[in-house]
Amino acid sequence: MNLTSDQQILWQYGFLKLDGTILTTWLLMLGLSLGAFLITHRLSTDSTVSRWQAALEIIITGINEQIKEVGLTDPQRYIGFIGTLFLFVATASLCTIIPGYMPPTGSLSTTAALAICVFIAVPWFGLREQGLRGYLKGYISPTPIMLPFNIISELSRTLALAVRLFGNMMSGTMIIAILLTITPLLFPIVMTALGLLTGMVQAYIFSILAAVYIAAATVTRRKKADSQATPLAAH
Amino acid sequence: MLIDWFTVGAQVVNFLILVWLLKRFLYKPVLNAIDVREKRIAKELADADAKQKQAQLERDEFANKNKAFDEQRGTLLSKATDDAKAEHDRLLQQARKAADALGKSRHDALITEAAQLNQALLQRTQLEVFAIARKTLNDLADASLEERVADVFIRRLATIPPAMKTTLGAALTNGAETAVIRSAFDLPHAQQAAIQDAFNLTFAAPVKVRFETVPDLVSGIEIMAGGQKLGWTIDSYLGSLRSGVDDVLNPKAAAAPPTMPPPAVVAPTAPAPVHSVAAP
Repeated sequence: MNLTSDQQILWQYGFLKLDGTILTTWLLMLGLSLGAFLITHRLSTDSTVSRWQAALEIIITGINEQIKEVGLTDPQRYIGFIGTLFLFVATASLCTIIPGYMPPTGSLSTTAALAICVFIAVPWFGLREQGLRGYLKGYISPTPIMLPFNIISELSRTLALAVRLFGNMMSGTMIIAILLTITPLLFPIVMTALGLLTGMVQAYIFSILAAVYIAAATVTRRKKADSQATPLAAH
Repeated sequence: MLIDWFTVGAQVVNFLILVWLLKRFLYKPVLNAIDVREKRIAKELADADAKQKQAQLERDEFANKNKAFDEQRGTLLSKATDDAKAEHDRLLQQARKAADALGKSRHDALITEAAQLNQALLQRTQLEVFAIARKTLNDLADASLEERVADVFIRRLATIPPAMKTTLGAALTNGAETAVIRSAFDLPHAQQAAIQDAFNLTFAAPVKVRFETVPDLVSGIEIMAGGQKLGWTIDSYLGSLRSGVDDVLNPKAAAAPPTMPPPAVVAPTAPAPVHSVAAP
């Protein structure tokens, strides 16, 4: 029994290979992009909109609101990254209702890739917002003693992101696979439903944690800017 | 090994591609559409707000105009009512005056007409009386009215009061005055001669006498001389006759105690002489 879809090698040429994880990811990318294109290539700006457009608008404005609630005041700059994290993980989980489907998020390679993306995105957004010095200053605040702890924190939370998502998704798939061998009727359906719920929760957790990390890296400078602007405004 | 580093790298690339794809096909179009719609709705709301304010202003202006119009209308109505009342009073007064004037003029016209009718009746009555008397005398007594009148006149002349006789005599006998005998009918020559003789005899001197026929004369015969007038008239008879006719025509007057006419009216053969002397 394969623990992850990484072990399903479909094609290999030396170092290059095509495994089940990559193929499933491509299919999900294709489905998401095609669906988005089909819905948005005829968007209406009138008072009446199609149901699909209304659903998309609800999802996107919902994501926007969540990002704003985390503390990122300009959510349109981050929705590309955070929204895609959520939609990808959520779609990967929703597709578990397809028989024989193994979610790419059940592969530690994928979750590690996503965690690495977050690991890179946090300093990326932090540098864009605060500059190099301001961002690096965050590591030695409030005191330089915190520097090793901050570095450990960066690494450990990346690892935690990857392992948490992998563990949840893989365990769900594993449990269903095991239950299918023990009680092939009814119970796996209940577990699949529970897996859908777990998947949605994990998608939310993953994306909201990414947003929180990014916010932590970008808001420090804004707080300083605000504290400087206040006495100026008083004068 | 749970991690395949090639797969990790491939998934990182895949994820970045997916980020770009969704940005391109999902987030931007949808967010732009939402922005456009929000702007349009905000614009529509602002327009509606402006229109509402405009409508409010226009409504206030209209209400003010309406109020002013009502006040103006009330003032004009009150003025028009007052004017109409004054005009009504004026017209009523004018109509009353016109009615009074018309009534007065009709009254005057009636009086004039009555007087004229009275005069006409008087003359006609006189003519009729004379005609009846003439015919009666002629038929029953085979006598001429003119002769009888002349005879009576001559007899009366002889019996006139002395004072008047003296006055008339003084006026006629000095030769300057002419006695004018006026009668309602032509006196025959014989009677004229008899009257001439009677004058001469009465005043004991030749008197110049001139005869005139005046159809309107009410009296039977009269003398005018020296500013004096002496006549024997049937005025009193005619007055009684008029009273009798009035009694018949006017029942209210008839209800009053009747006045007996003088016997002369009912005794045509013996008319009472009436002497009157009037200044000309």
